[in-house]
Amino acid sequence: MAELLLIARIAGRRVAFPASQIEAVVELEGLTPVPGAAPHIAGLSALRSRVLTVIDSRAALELAHAAPGEALEAIVVPSGGHTYAVLVEAVDDVVEAGGDPSPFQAPAGAGWDRVATGMIEAEGELLLFADPHSFIAGPPLSVAA
Amino acid sequence: MDELINDFIAETRDMLLALGGEIVAWEAAPGDRERLDEIFRFVHTVKGNCGFFDLPRLAALSHAAEDALADVRAGRRTPDSALVSAVLAIIDRIGELVMALETGEAIASEDDEQLIRALAPGQGPAETIAVEAAEIPADLRKSQRSIRLSVDLLDRMMSGVSDAVLARNELARRLRENPGDMGVEAAFERVSTCIAEIRDAITRTRMQRIDSLFAALPRVVRDIAGELGKQVRLDVDGGDVELDREMIEMIRDPLTHMVRNAIDHGLELPAAREAAGKPATGMLSVCARQSGNQILIEVADDGAGIDSERLVAKALAAGVLTPERAARLNNAQRNALIFEAGLSTAQEVTAISGRGVGMDVVRANIERIGGLIDVESRPGRGVKFTIRAPLTLTIIPALTVSGGGQTFAIPRSAIEEILRVGSDSVRIDTIGGARVATVRGRRMPMIALCDVLGVVPVAATAERRLILIKPAGGASYALNVAAVHDHEELVVKPAAPPVMAAGIYAGTTLADDGKPVLLLDPSGMAARAGIRAEEAEAAPRAALPVETAGAAARDERLLLFRSLDNVRRAVRLAAVERIEDVPADAIRMSGGRLRVTLDSRILPLAGTDTIPETPRLRILRLTDGAAELAYAFAEVIDIAPLTGEIRPARNPGQVAGVVLVDGEQMELIDPYWLFAEAGENGDAARPVCAIPPGDPWLENMLRPMIESLGYRVVAAGEGVSADIVIAGDDTPAPAAPQGATLLRLRATPQPAGEADGSIYRYDRAALLAALGGVRKETANG
Repeated sequence: MAELLLIARIAGRRVAFPASQIEAVVELEGLTPVPGAAPHIAGLSALRSRVLTVIDSRAALELAHAAPGEALEAIVVPSGGHTYAVLVEAVDDVVEAGGDPSPFQAPAGAGWDRVATGMIEAEGELLLFADPHSFIAGPPLSVAA
Repeated sequence: MDELINDFIAETRDMLLALGGEIVAWEAAPGDRERLDEIFRFVHTVKGNCGFFDLPRLAALSHAAEDALADVRAGRRTPDSALVSAVLAIIDRIGELVMALETGEAIASEDDEQLIRALAPGQGPAETIAVEAAEIPADLRKSQRSIRLSVDLLDRMMSGVSDAVLARNELARRLRENPGDMGVEAAFERVSTCIAEIRDAITRTRMQRIDSLFAALPRVVRDIAGELGKQVRLDVDGGDVELDREMIEMIRDPLTHMVRNAIDHGLELPAAREAAGKPATGMLSVCARQSGNQILIEVADDGAGIDSERLVAKALAAGVLTPERAARLNNAQRNALIFEAGLSTAQEVTAISGRGVGMDVVRANIERIGGLIDVESRPGRGVKFTIRAPLTLTIIPALTVSGGGQTFAIPRSAIEEILRVGSDSVRIDTIGGARVATVRGRRMPMIALCDVLGVVPVAATAERRLILIKPAGGASYALNVAAVHDHEELVVKPAAPPVMAAGIYAGTTLADDGKPVLLLDPSGMAARAGIRAEEAEAAPRAALPVETAGAAARDERLLLFRSLDNVRRAVRLAAVERIEDVPADAIRMSGGRLRVTLDSRILPLAGTDTIPETPRLRILRLTDGAAELAYAFAEVIDIAPLTGEIRPARNPGQVAGVVLVDGEQMELIDPYWLFAEAGENGDAARPVCAIPPGDPWLENMLRPMIESLGYRVVAAGEGVSADIVIAGDDTPAPAAPQGATLLRLRATPQPAGEADGSIYRYDRAALLAALGGVRKETANG
C-alpha cells in the first residue's frame, strides 16, 4: 500500500510529510515563549493537558520569521518521548503517495536541503518530501549561534 | 499452577529482602534466638514449597541450610562467621534460582554441592564464597511485600491522575469564566474532591518505606568490612520514612556508594583507631527523616575525617582549582571539593570504592532528582554526608514568579527566602558590572531574571522582589524578579531537549489557566549568570568592604580601580564605604567645586575635574568615619592585599604614594588629603545650627548665610541637638538643647526693651559676630 502523505504549506511551498509520523493537525491556543532557547523554538503550547514544544518552521529553515499574529496551525509530531508542534501555514490535504521518494537532482535551496529527504509524487504533482524531525532538530548549532 | 509458582517467587523474594539484615544481625549476636528463628523459618518455608513444586536444587540447598541451622537451634553447634557466610551464600543462591525460575534462565548447578559442603563445621574458605556471591541481584530488590503491581502501571496511573488534575484545573477556569448553574458547580466540587483524593492515594501507592533501601545495607557493610579487615557497627534509623518509589531507586546507588566510601576511606583500621584513642569498632550511622517536604538522609562515620589539605592539593594538581581560589576557600568549601570530579582522597584506588564512581557521580545523581548533598567533616572525628531529597519527583511545590512579562516557576526546595527590594534588610550595590545583594550582613551575587532570560524587562514593573536561592550543590544567590505570585503544587514534566538545551529550565508544567509554565533550574541560572558555584558566596564576601569598625581598622586590603583619566589606582578598602552608580545630573559644579547629590545629601566629588559626559558615573564613597566624600572612577579592577612598602609621592596631593601590586605600580589614593582638601571636616565636626522649620525668610535668606559660615543647618524641634538655636521673637522661645546658644531674631530694628537679647534680623554684623562667636567656641571646645 502506498504511503499516506500529509501536504502542508511551509514558507509558501507545498511540502509532503509522511503521515505516519504526524499524530494530529491542530490549531494552537496561545504560545508561551521559551527565552534562551534556540531561535527555532517558538515556545510552548498546551494540547489537552500535554505540553507541546512549538517549532517555528521558518526559523528551522533559517528563513525570516513569519509575521506575528498568524493563525497557529501546526502538525503534531511525537519524537523521542516528547511531543512537538511544527508550525505550518496551512495543511492542504492528506493524499496517497504516487510512488517512492526519489533524491533531488538539484539543490532545493538553503535550509530546505537539510529537511528534505527527496521528492515524491502525489496526485500528479512533484512535492518536496520532508522529515518533520529535522525541523525539530533545527539549524546546526554553528549556524544558529 | 503458574499462578502458584508466581506467588511462591514473590513470597520468597519478599522474605529474602527482609532477611539480609537479619543474618548480619545474627552474626553479630549469635545468641539472638529470634533472628535465628527468622532465618530458620525462611529456609524451612522454602524447603517446604520446593517439595511441593518439585524443585530439587532449591530443596537440596534449603534442606542443607535448615539442617545446619537446626543444629544451632538445638545448641549442638555454635554459629561462627564461616557458618554465617555459608548460610548467606546459600540464601544468595536461593535468590538466584528463584530469579531464574521467573526468567527461565538456567544457572549452573556444579557448585551447589560446594555451597552445601561449606555448611559443615570447620570449612574455612566459606568466607570467599560469601563475598563472591555478595551482590544481591538488582531485580531482587525492587518488590515489597503484599500485592505486586508493575511499576509501569503505577506510572501510568500517576500520569493519568496528573492529567486529571490539569483537566480539572481547566474545567475550573471555564466555570469561572461562564458562571452558571449551581448544580454544575456542586458536581464539579465533588469531582474535584475525588480527584484530589485519588491523587493523594496514588501518590501514596508510589511511596515506599525507605526500609527497602536500608535493608541491603547490613550486608554491604558486613562484606566490605570483612574484605578490608575493619570492624564496623552499623546503626540504621528511620526506616519507616516513606519516599517515592522512583526516588528510592535513584538514591540506592549513591547511598550504597557512600556507605562503601565511609568504610573504605572514612573508618580507620582497628589498630589505627585504638592508637587514636577511639574504640576499635567504627560507627557508621545511616538515618532518614522527613523534614517538611524533604527527606533527609544522613550517612555519618566516626573515622578520620576528610583530609582537606590533601584534597586541595589534589584539586590543584588536577587543575580543578586555581591557587588564588584555593587560598580563599574556607574549610567547608575545601571539604566540598570532595564532590569535584576526579578527586579522591584515598591514597590508592581500592577495590571497594575505586571503581570509577566518585562522590561527583553521587552528587550528580542526587542533583538529578532535585536533591542536595552536603558534607561536614571534623578531622579525627568523622564525616557526615547529608542528602536532602524531595519527596516525589512528579509533583513538586513551586513558587510562581514573573519576569519579562511571563510567568515562571521555581522549585521551592531551592528557595531560602523572599524579600522586597527596598526593604531595610536588603541593600544592593553595583560593583563593576555585577550587582551584589546584602541581606542582613550576608552578601551574595544578585542576578536579574530578565538578564538570565535575555529578555527586556517590562518597563512598568521595576523588578521588585528578591528571591534568595540556594541551588543544589551551589552557593546562594539573589534572584531579582518582577513579582512573586503564588505557592503551587505543580505537576512537573520534563521539557523537550531543545528547551532543556537552553540550560536554565528544569521542566514544564501547566498553570491553572492551562498555559504551559517553565520551571526554572536554580543551578542552571547560576551557571548562565556566570556565578561560580563553589565560591559564589565567598568571593563577594572578600571583595567587599567589611563594615564593622574592628575589621576596618585592621583592614590592609586595597581596592584597585581604574580612574577616569585611565590611571590604575588603589585605595585602602577600609576607607571605602560603598560603591555606587549615580546619574551624571546629580553632579554639579557648585560652591567652587564638584559636588554630587546622594541620598539627599551633598558630597564633595573628587577624582574628576569636570562633569563627565556619560549618563552615569560610578563613585566610591569614601569615609573617614564621620564625613563622606565621593570619588569618581571608571571601573573596579580587583581587591588585593597591601604588601610591600609605600613609596611616598613627591608632593602632597590626592596620591599618597605608589605601591606594587602584582608587579604593577598603583597610585595609592590619600583619603586624608582628599578630606582635608574638600575642607568639610564632616557633618559631625561642623557646628549645627537649628532653625525653626517653615519660615521662608529663615529658609531663604538667613540659612545660606549661616551655612556659608560653616554651619550645618537642621530644622529645630524636640530632641534636635544643636550648637546654636535660632528663634523668632514672635514665637515662644524653644527649649534650647543642652549646651546650645539661643539666638533670637527680631523683625524690628528697635529692641523691645532693656532685657531684650535679640538681634535685628538684618543686622549683619551683629549676626556674624553672634554666629562667629559660637563657632569659635565650638571649634575651641
